[in-house]
Amino acid sequence: MFGRLGVDALPFYSGIAAGGALVTVLGALAIAALLTRYRKWGVLWRDWLTSCDHKKIGIMYIVIALVMLLRGFIDAAMMRAQQAMALDSGGYLPAEHFAQIFSSHGTIMIFFVAMPFLTGLINFVVPLQLGKRDMTYPFLNLASLALTAAGAGLMLLSLALGRFSTAGWTGYPPYSELGFSPGVGVDYWIWATMLAGVGSTLSGVNFIATILFERAPGMTLMRMPMFSWTALCASILMVFAFPGLTVATLMLALDRAFDFQFFSNGLGNPMLYINLFWIWGHPEVYILILPAFGVFSEVVATFSRKTLFGYPSMVYATAAIALLSFGVWLHHFFTMGASANVNAAFGIATMVIAIPTGVKVYDWLFTMHRGRIEFHSSMLWAMAFMVTFVIGGMTGVMLAIPPIDYLVHNTAFLVAHFHNMLIPGALFGYFAGYAYWFPKAFGFTLDERWGKRAVGFWVAGFWLAFMPLYALGFLGMPRRMEQYSDPAWQPLLIVAAVGAGLIACGIASQIVQLVVSIRRRAALRDTTGDPWDGRTLEWATASPPPPWNFAATPVVHGLDAYAAIKAGRAPADTLPLTDIELPRNTPLGVAVLGLSFLFGFAMIWWIWWLAVLAGLGLLGVILLRAFDDHPEKTVSAAELARDDDTTLAEGRA
Amino acid sequence: MNTLATHAPHDEANAPDNSVVALGFWIFLLSDLVLFLLLLTSYLALLPNTGSGPGPTALFDLSRTALQTGALLLSSLTCGLATLALGEARRRALLGWLIATALFGVAFIGLELAEFSGLLARGAAPQASGFLSAYWLLVSTHGVHVSAGLVWIVVLAAQIGLRGLTPRIVSRFTRFALFWHMLDVVWIGIYSFVYLYGSLP
Repeated sequence: MFGRLGVDALPFYSGIAAGGALVTVLGALAIAALLTRYRKWGVLWRDWLTSCDHKKIGIMYIVIALVMLLRGFIDAAMMRAQQAMALDSGGYLPAEHFAQIFSSHGTIMIFFVAMPFLTGLINFVVPLQLGKRDMTYPFLNLASLALTAAGAGLMLLSLALGRFSTAGWTGYPPYSELGFSPGVGVDYWIWATMLAGVGSTLSGVNFIATILFERAPGMTLMRMPMFSWTALCASILMVFAFPGLTVATLMLALDRAFDFQFFSNGLGNPMLYINLFWIWGHPEVYILILPAFGVFSEVVATFSRKTLFGYPSMVYATAAIALLSFGVWLHHFFTMGASANVNAAFGIATMVIAIPTGVKVYDWLFTMHRGRIEFHSSMLWAMAFMVTFVIGGMTGVMLAIPPIDYLVHNTAFLVAHFHNMLIPGALFGYFAGYAYWFPKAFGFTLDERWGKRAVGFWVAGFWLAFMPLYALGFLGMPRRMEQYSDPAWQPLLIVAAVGAGLIACGIASQIVQLVVSIRRRAALRDTTGDPWDGRTLEWATASPPPPWNFAATPVVHGLDAYAAIKAGRAPADTLPLTDIELPRNTPLGVAVLGLSFLFGFAMIWWIWWLAVLAGLGLLGVILLRAFDDHPEKTVSAAELARDDDTTLAEGRA
Repeated sequence: MNTLATHAPHDEANAPDNSVVALGFWIFLLSDLVLFLLLLTSYLALLPNTGSGPGPTALFDLSRTALQTGALLLSSLTCGLATLALGEARRRALLGWLIATALFGVAFIGLELAEFSGLLARGAAPQASGFLSAYWLLVSTHGVHVSAGLVWIVVLAAQIGLRGLTPRIVSRFTRFALFWHMLDVVWIGIYSFVYLYGSLP
């Protein structure tokens, strides 16, 4: 009846696991209690959960990312603490629990922090930058969010019910096969990533359709703001790369649940999984990084008070990186034993990616050169990124040389390298975007003092936490060690743990910043809609923007459309006001969330009847939507004119 | 007033624009094609992994798969004829061609199920080897797509019958036709690389 689910699924096997489960459950209860106390259930339902508005959906993505960042960081801090103390001793974590933690840390940070963060930023910003009212498929957008949220829900549930995977965030077979990993851990990993992955594929489709086919009149591709360009390239990668993850995890699921032989020893081929996984996995790195590059481009241009240096080269570099990212996946497993020529080809292709990336770094530097730089916290994130990221880039070129890779394969050097790419290269970019567009979303700016403290703690913490890992890699320390016996490693691991402590201070500063900013929102209020003297169209409308973004669709005459209007170099043209249609609210998004969560849950615990029911339910949602003849509501031109007090309206008047 | 009256504002400002909706569907189909490409590549990679089980030459019946191919190609033809009927707004002809498309699709699925049960009877279950796992996943993923297309036809036929050719339903039909033709393309890949190539001595 309930498949593998029984009382033994409860987390009483270790005090720490039970504590984690308790925090999760209490956190959920506390949120529910607060919502009840302040009578916000109605607001949550009407304004958020049922809304197809791209801005609301974007904000909800980012809320998921921030919540999951806390969870992922706690995992990281536990690992740093364990490794700092586990010389010749077991530390405080049993090996199996430690393995669950490094697996869930990676899974959460990639799939449920970075992906929702960048998807949220793209969702919120791109239609505004392109002078659009919404995404091309507003309901599909809500459904994608629901799938991501269902995956995140499964990740959280894995703390309380059953155990998570111990196979790392990459889930390599044959270890991740049922024979070596019995239990539900790998299945949690499979279905959480599968749901989120399908959501990302659909988001990518939506973004490409929106960006390629629906821009404001006059906005040619080469007049698009840089963030929209990077969003387009990242979306192309999502659409073409994510099938690799879907296929790999589906095959693994079939192996585990139905005894298929894709990756088994003997009858199957484990290397097939590793190839499929990285055919997705390498483009995924650029899915994470390109939108952050886009944020940096916007932030650097705005706070240097200059147009972006070398805009066309930035566009071509972005496109080149996107294209090349499909041709390098084998560098994740040079040690597979392919011939020297194959390894050399992939190594060279990998090094070639450094060229367009270098072009970008120079473009940002030249944008700053002779600019009037304002050291806003988002600009500080960008500057910290430039200094830190190039080091990660250089260690990447080292790793692209197969003989070096053989030496440091699966050591702490690799861990240092990819954190050096993804923390400055992706996360700092998202944080910069968060600080930069927060006033657009909520109508007040974030507190700068706490923002700058957060930058300081994060950057210092990053350097202390990860530079020692390069050295540890040279000392031969493998990744994912639960305990060790080489006393030379311990001092460096203690430094790394101190770094994690500083990052904890950075996160605390960000929480304080949010609380302080909300309390001081009257003083921080921005009534202009353009607090940074921005250059692109999203700053031409009110903050927060009305549901329709722009009362009348703006007409674009060049790059940096809004800066040109403000400088008097271009007229503030708009199309005439007309009646428009906006998507209606729909409860079906919540239905997708619940049903896909149940489906994933049933597949994890092998409760087949429930999986069939949930699958039929999802089909029912599609049919209900198909038979809904009025998914849009009309807003009249008169109503649009009444609420329009933006710069563009002044131009029109 | 500084507005541009020369543009056709209604089309540009109003959602949803059906041609854009169809263009976006192309992108989804491309993603789906990548999925099939990866399944096909995995099949080719696992082709040698037959273990002690039967290999492709012993298993495939080319005459039945030729019939399947014929059924699916004919269904694409009738789907094209349905598109022509739509262009002339002949609703009954459109419904007729849609039903013909569905019948050919059902014939295809029936033949496929017959093949599957034959394979099971000869012990060629997906659990028997890596080769068979990949074969079953590839071919049944295509079959599931065709079945989803059949459900889609039922929904479309019901909507056309109940509500006529509204712009929303016309747009949905256009996307269905794209989907159905893509499944044909995928099948030609499967037929060539799985059945023809696999039957070589």
